[in-house]
Amino acid sequence: MKSDYLELTDVRVTFDGFVAVDGVTMTVLQGDLRFLIGPNGAGKTTLVDAITGLVPATGSATFGRTELLNRKVHRIARLGVGRTFQTASVFEELTVLQNLDIAAGSGRGPLTMLRKRSSTPPEVEAALEVIGLTDLRDRQAGVLAHGQKQWLEIGMLLVQDSKVLLLDEPVAGMSAEERQQTGELLQRVGENCTVVVVEHDMDFMRSFATSVTVLHAGRVLSEGTVAQVQADPKVQEVYLGRAEVEA
Amino acid sequence: MKGEYAKIAGFAAIALALLVLAPAVLSDFRLSLLGRFVCYAIVAVGIGLAWGRGGMLTLGQGVFFGLGAYVMAMHLKLSDAGPTGVPDFMKLYGSGVVPGWWEPFRNPVVTVLAIVLVPSLVAFGLGMAVFRRRVRGAYFAILSQALAAAFAILLIGQQATIGGTNGLNGFRSFFGFNLFDPVNKRMLFYIAAGTLLAMLLVVWQLYRSRYGELLVAVRDQEERVRFLGYDPANVKIVAYVVAAAMAGVAGALFVPIVGIISPAAVGVVPSIAFLIGVAIGGRSTLFGPALGAIAVAWAQTSLSESFPSFWIYFQGALFVLVVAFLPRGLSTVGSILTRRRESA
Ligand SMILES: Nc1ncnc2c1ncn2[C@@H]1O[C@H](COP(=O)(O)OP(=O)(O)O)[C@@H](O)[C@H]1O
Ligand SMILES: [Mg+2]
Repeated sequence: MKSDYLELTDVRVTFDGFVAVDGVTMTVLQGDLRFLIGPNGAGKTTLVDAITGLVPATGSATFGRTELLNRKVHRIARLGVGRTFQTASVFEELTVLQNLDIAAGSGRGPLTMLRKRSSTPPEVEAALEVIGLTDLRDRQAGVLAHGQKQWLEIGMLLVQDSKVLLLDEPVAGMSAEERQQTGELLQRVGENCTVVVVEHDMDFMRSFATSVTVLHAGRVLSEGTVAQVQADPKVQEVYLGRAEVEA
Repeated sequence: MKGEYAKIAGFAAIALALLVLAPAVLSDFRLSLLGRFVCYAIVAVGIGLAWGRGGMLTLGQGVFFGLGAYVMAMHLKLSDAGPTGVPDFMKLYGSGVVPGWWEPFRNPVVTVLAIVLVPSLVAFGLGMAVFRRRVRGAYFAILSQALAAAFAILLIGQQATIGGTNGLNGFRSFFGFNLFDPVNKRMLFYIAAGTLLAMLLVVWQLYRSRYGELLVAVRDQEERVRFLGYDPANVKIVAYVVAAAMAGVAGALFVPIVGIISPAAVGVVPSIAFLIGVAIGGRSTLFGPALGAIAVAWAQTSLSESFPSFWIYFQGALFVLVVAFLPRGLSTVGSILTRRRESA
């Protein structure tokens, strides 16, 4: 199982000459809860976009020895790489249950698709429980609170059977209590998956990260445990130093 | 569940109105007129699927309507002419020889299959070319509109083989039934009404299926769906092909009911007219598109009988009002009022 790791080698993304991701190399193991931090504009979202096929990139990104770069978005998703977005993007007109059911269904055949859902699939039931939305299953996703939408997105990744979870700022805009719950949820999920969390919030990172990669101007500035990264003078200079001043 | 019963009641009411009430109270002339509107309603049901649920602004359904209609019209002309005969207009304008590509339509089975398959295959090809390239929104609307225009122009240019501007007309029989017999005309109405009801059942099943939920997801957030492992192009193509097949069937029924098909009935103007009833009725509702199409066509006929030049303004004003104040159509008035009452 430990061969199922995410390995990035010299990943590079260029927008009209502007290098947003500049040769990133990193490895994330299964069971790892990797935090990807860095100032605004460091290229965190762009790196996630590259892995999930949203922007073209050079270099290599493999998961279980399968190359991901420059495949179609839906093919990468089917290979078990899932993501969430900075702004929650659930299907607002559909119910919580319908959102999860769609996420669970990319492998369904035509006959199943053309029939009504007769019962809730077990993985959807389980995900509802894990993300704590069982009671809201028939509520329209559009009326959920911000935090609940992010949890729904995480639930969608779970039922999608993703092995790699790339979460772009999942706790932005959440209350302290919601952050705590989200962190615990990620820890539970992370036991069997490879999880990369893009995050700004330092307290959140300190509480839940098992390892950290710091990105700055498209490059990896530092990598290691929370303590190692915090002790790195380069990091203090560009990022943590400022954060500590603010705090 | 409550919604499900309301839909069953609605379906029963429409079935009763079409199959019992209308034949009982309408004159033969009015009934045949209603038959024509029912054909528009069948197109509308498909537009409701593709546009209302799938978000594809299909401004060119006249193409598929026309394909179905011309296939049927060719068959009727050939069977009127007899086993090896030549349709009258070909002797007049053409070489007097039936072109090779007409021949298959002598066969009634081939004809019925082609009515469904030709529009479906054209829509499939177009869908592959268009949705795979992520053409959508206004670009898709303009493209489909341009296709309707090109299709009409192509037909107009083919005087000798397909009747040109005059189109095809003067049909005498329909699969062996004399078209001048009032009993057979009523039968045609029943066939059209039954087809409309069947199409409503088809979309009903699609809307309540998992596919229907996925289609709404694609309509609202096409890009997001990709990250769940689906290719949205495939999802859209299915709805587009079904809508095209419905338009083709409608066109085929239109031909014996109205007695003529010409480029004027398949070009840009009728393509837009198909859409207006759908918008007014409520594009994403189950019954709204069909009811809207019938209501608008009915209003057009009665109003333009009494005020010939007034209709076009009325239609424009109604369209603007609906788009501005009821973007989901008239049939959503009820649910908006209930919501107001509940929140008050
Ligand atoms: N589609 C794009 N076109 C041009 N520049 C972009 C695009 N997307 C991101 N960028 C630029 O790339 C850099 C990295 O952006 P991003 O990955 O969003 O940063 P982060 O998520 O770390 O805050 C920024 O300077 C941003 O302006
Ligand atoms: Mg970002």
